[in-house]
Amino acid sequence: MKVALLVTCVNDALFPETGKSVVRLLRRLGVDVDFPDAQTCCGQPMVNTGYLDEAVPVVRTFAKAFDGYDAIVTPSGSCAGSVRHQHGIVARRGNDERLAAASSKVFELSEFLVDVLGVEDVGAYFPHRVTYHPTCHSLRMLRVGDRPLRLLRAVRGIDLVELPAADECCGFGGTFALKNTDTSVAMGADKARHVRETGAEVLVAGDNSCLMHIGGLLSRQRSGVKVMHLADVLAGTEGER
Amino acid sequence: MTFLGMPPFPQAAREALGDTQLRRNLAHATATIRAKRAAVVAEVPEWEELRRAGAAIKDNTLRQLDRHLLRLERSLTDHGVTVHWARDAAEACDVVGRIARSHGVDEVVKVKSMATQEIGLNEALAAQGVTAWETDLAELVVQLGDDLPSHILVPAIHRNRAEIREIFLSKMEGTDPELSDEPAELAAAARRHLRQKFLSARMAVSGANFAVADTGTLVVVESEGNGRMCLTLPEILVSVVGIEKVVPTWADLDVFLQLLPRSSTGERMNPYTSTWSGVTPGDGPQEMHVVLLDNGRTRALADEIGRQALRCIRCSACLNVCPVYERTGGHAYGSVYPGPIGAILNPLLKGVGTDAQTDSLPYASSLCGACFDACPVRIDIPEVLVHLRSQVVDVRRGPRPHAEAVAMKAASWTLARSGRLRIAERVSAVFSRLGRRRLPGGRRAVTRLPWPGSLWTDARDLPAPPAESFRKWWRRDERS
Ligand code: SF4
Repeated sequence: MKVALLVTCVNDALFPETGKSVVRLLRRLGVDVDFPDAQTCCGQPMVNTGYLDEAVPVVRTFAKAFDGYDAIVTPSGSCAGSVRHQHGIVARRGNDERLAAASSKVFELSEFLVDVLGVEDVGAYFPHRVTYHPTCHSLRMLRVGDRPLRLLRAVRGIDLVELPAADECCGFGGTFALKNTDTSVAMGADKARHVRETGAEVLVAGDNSCLMHIGGLLSRQRSGVKVMHLADVLAGTEGER
Repeated sequence: MTFLGMPPFPQAAREALGDTQLRRNLAHATATIRAKRAAVVAEVPEWEELRRAGAAIKDNTLRQLDRHLLRLERSLTDHGVTVHWARDAAEACDVVGRIARSHGVDEVVKVKSMATQEIGLNEALAAQGVTAWETDLAELVVQLGDDLPSHILVPAIHRNRAEIREIFLSKMEGTDPELSDEPAELAAAARRHLRQKFLSARMAVSGANFAVADTGTLVVVESEGNGRMCLTLPEILVSVVGIEKVVPTWADLDVFLQLLPRSSTGERMNPYTSTWSGVTPGDGPQEMHVVLLDNGRTRALADEIGRQALRCIRCSACLNVCPVYERTGGHAYGSVYPGPIGAILNPLLKGVGTDAQTDSLPYASSLCGACFDACPVRIDIPEVLVHLRSQVVDVRRGPRPHAEAVAMKAASWTLARSGRLRIAERVSAVFSRLGRRRLPGGRRAVTRLPWPGSLWTDARDLPAPPAESFRKWWRRDERS
């Protein structure tokens, strides 16, 4: 099986460590993951803001970059959702069905680990108090269910605490965070409050963009809570720490 | 009061977010009703099948809407009802006003109805010298408070008991000054006020939750029984019904009367369901009219993706689960249809590109998808929102693009080739030493940026860009 990493533009440019974590984790599990260098972005920022014409060239680049792979793994529920559910819309706009070629091959990281590889215990070690926020697109667009939690529960040393009102949106929402910044921040403030209530040292989620928003608020409040991507937690082993 | 001249959503939301009392009232009310709904929905093992059935009935009906409407007209006419067709709000208001005037009526009682709120009937009747009395308790609170509705089911959801008491004391004639803010006492005071109206009014105006084409039956689903009073006591009954309310047969109600109460009030069954099929001599209103209202519905029907919004049964489940609605309240949406359904229905009914307020609505969502999961007729609201956003962008395309369009074009150009992105990342790496604050774990963070970055950093810290992008690391370290 030829497996490609879709690192996503946000991780590529802002959170490269998460991309490295996925590579490390998958190699440890015996998957020889490749990074198709021609990839850029899934096109979601354009599609979700309404710029379909602008999304067409981006998705065309995407489809070409991932042509020939059997599976695409990505550390982002949101981007996986965009590839699976929105590339069809862009393909219609671009009048080219090949633009949607990747839709059926993409897996969010927890889906790939649990469904494709069939593992829940990935051999990770993380001796910290952690709470988990299930991001909306993982939860309601991809329906990953409790897969990320099953992976986290198998991590050695972890003290996993439940997040109150976990399935409520954090308020990031892509360009929503800028176009409706007051509402976005009001939603994020409630999420940050719930995170602090748990007493967790680390907030984990499957999307760095949501974490950038919640983490940005937690930092502004000087809460001391660290935000980490699920991949970064799963990649750590006892030997390294 | 009307919603005319409301500012676009972000601005209206900002004002609403500053009202802490409003936010407390709403958070409490929506949390209560959310929990009730979740409990009664969980009791129904075949809930998903019911949702699919509801959606299918509506879709099939909408596919041949003309046929079903003509059949409804025939059934109604056969049962002694006069049917009127109204293209828009003005035509519908005109019909109702003419009926009132032809009987010399200067006062009508109203059953809670979204269609009549949509067309601004109360204001239109007032302009013709006819007073319309709302008889639903929450609508009455809104009317007396010279206020605007903020929720489909509970239009006064933004008010608490103390505020309602104030409104009754100052606006409802003959209210006992000793009135407390106990819900039972408030309801009793409203009842005394309304009883007089029920007994004196000669004409009632209603909407309908459903209209059965086969039998010519109109259905009103309610909780208080005040609707039943209006539907039985006066001599003349006029019902304003959106054309999407038609269902083919009586048996179809089976599905919707299971879906609606559980989704709406969180009850297994609502207390009062009134059905009537035309005039019954000697019993109830002896003159009946039905106004079949378009007002943009055929426009929505023409939109292949947007037409699913016409399945809506106005239960308000999507409002109650919406994290945006919960914080901004309904007024920010500038329409009698607020919340997620309002964010799609208003642009669909009016058409995008007509005004900035309407065009701002499809963006009033984080696309979290909670509305779709709650909707009893499976309206994929996020899908329609994204679709409408593309319409907003497309009508604004022109020779002089605005700042956002320029930014999107630039992003599109950069992201169309990985080489361009690599250069952009190299440029951003220059700023990796920016920011003095340290995030937990040691990474630098930026706390202040000029516009448009300030839209982020006014309230949120931003991690400084890394010295090396992922793709650069891969090239250096991993590519063999
Ligand atoms: S869109 Fe669905 S959930 Fe919202 S009011 Fe209509 S039927 Fe209810």
